[in-house]
Amino acid sequence: MTRRVRRWVLAVGGAGLAALLVAACPALPPFGGATHPYGDRVVHESLARQTANTIASVNFDQRAFDTLGELGILFASVIGTVVLLRQTRDERRAAPEPAAVSLPVRRYALIVLPVALLTGLYVVAHGQLSPGGGFQGGVVAATALHLLYLGADYRALENVRPIGLYEVGDALAASGYLVTGFAGLLGGTAFLANTLLPYGTFNTLASGGTVPLLNAAIGMEVACAVVVLLARFLDQAVEIEKESGS
Amino acid sequence: MMSVLPYLVAVWIFLTGCYGIVTSRNLIHAVGCLAVCQSATYVLLLAVGYRDGGTAPVFSDVEPGSRPVVDPVVQALALTDVVVGATVTALLLALVIQVSKRHGTVDPDELSELRG
Repeated sequence: MTRRVRRWVLAVGGAGLAALLVAACPALPPFGGATHPYGDRVVHESLARQTANTIASVNFDQRAFDTLGELGILFASVIGTVVLLRQTRDERRAAPEPAAVSLPVRRYALIVLPVALLTGLYVVAHGQLSPGGGFQGGVVAATALHLLYLGADYRALENVRPIGLYEVGDALAASGYLVTGFAGLLGGTAFLANTLLPYGTFNTLASGGTVPLLNAAIGMEVACAVVVLLARFLDQAVEIEKESGS
Repeated sequence: MMSVLPYLVAVWIFLTGCYGIVTSRNLIHAVGCLAVCQSATYVLLLAVGYRDGGTAPVFSDVEPGSRPVVDPVVQALALTDVVVGATVTALLLALVIQVSKRHGTVDPDELSELRG
C-alpha cells in the first residue's frame, strides 16, 4: 500500500470514527454533573473501613482483585523486556568507562538523591492516607537511585544496584500480594477480602485493614520492576555492543 | 457546549494520536503516538468523574461530607491506565531496539519483507 493510498484510507476511516465519537459525546453524562452513583457508594464504603484515601480503598480493597491483574501485567512486561533485551551470541559486554561529570550536576544529584528516595518511601507509606500510594511512590524511589548515574557514573550505579536482588524482590512482592489474598481466604472470608485485620483509627498510618499491606507490596513490586526495566535499557545503551567483524 | 467540551477534547487527542501512528516513519515516534492515544483515555476518564466544585476524594485533610468530591472510581481507573501504558511503552521500546538490531532500520515502510 503506497503512502498516498494509506492517507486516503486514514482520512475516510478517521472521519467516520470522528463522526461516531462526536455523536456519542452528547449521550455521556454532562461534564461536572452531580450524579455519580458509583463514586458516592465507594466514598461511603471507604469511610466505613477507615481508609482516608478513597482511591487507595478502590485499588487495594474494593477492586483488589483487579489490581492483582495489573500486577500481573507489570510482572509479565518486566519478564518480556528482560527476555527481549538479553545479551545475544554476537554481542559482547564492554566495561563502562568512567566519565567526567561537571561539579554542579554531581553536587545537585547527590544532594537530591536521599531526599528523593525518602520522598518515594513516604509516598508509599502514606498511600492509604494522602494522595499517592505504592505505584507512585515506587516509581519515585526507583528513579531516585538513578540520580547516581547522573551524579557519578554507571559503575557507581551498578555497585548499589545488584540486579539479581531486585529481580528476587520483584517476585517476592508479587507473591506477598498473593499471600495476603490467601490469608483472607484462610481467615474464613474470601480471596483478598479486607476483613482480616482491624480497620484502626481513621487517618492514622495503621488504618484501613489490609490496604497498607497490599499498598506496600505494590510499592516494592513497582520499585523493583522499574529498576530492572531501566537496568535492561541502560545495559543496551552503555554496556552491550556488537562484536566487531560479525 | 461546556457540558461536552472535555469529551470532544478527548476525541481530538485520540484522533491526533491515530494520525501520528499511521503516518509515522519511525517506530519510536509511533510508540510516542500510541502514548498520545492513551492520554485521550485519561482525559475521558477524569472528565466523566468530575463534579462541579469537587475536590480530590482524599479525606486526610478534608472533613468527610463537608465538600463534594470527584468520582474516585475513574481516578483509580486512570491510575491503572497510566501503569499499563508505561509497561506497554517499555515493552514496545524493547521490541524497537530488537527490530533496529536485526534489520538496521526503524522505518516501518522498510520493514515490509520477511526475513528468517
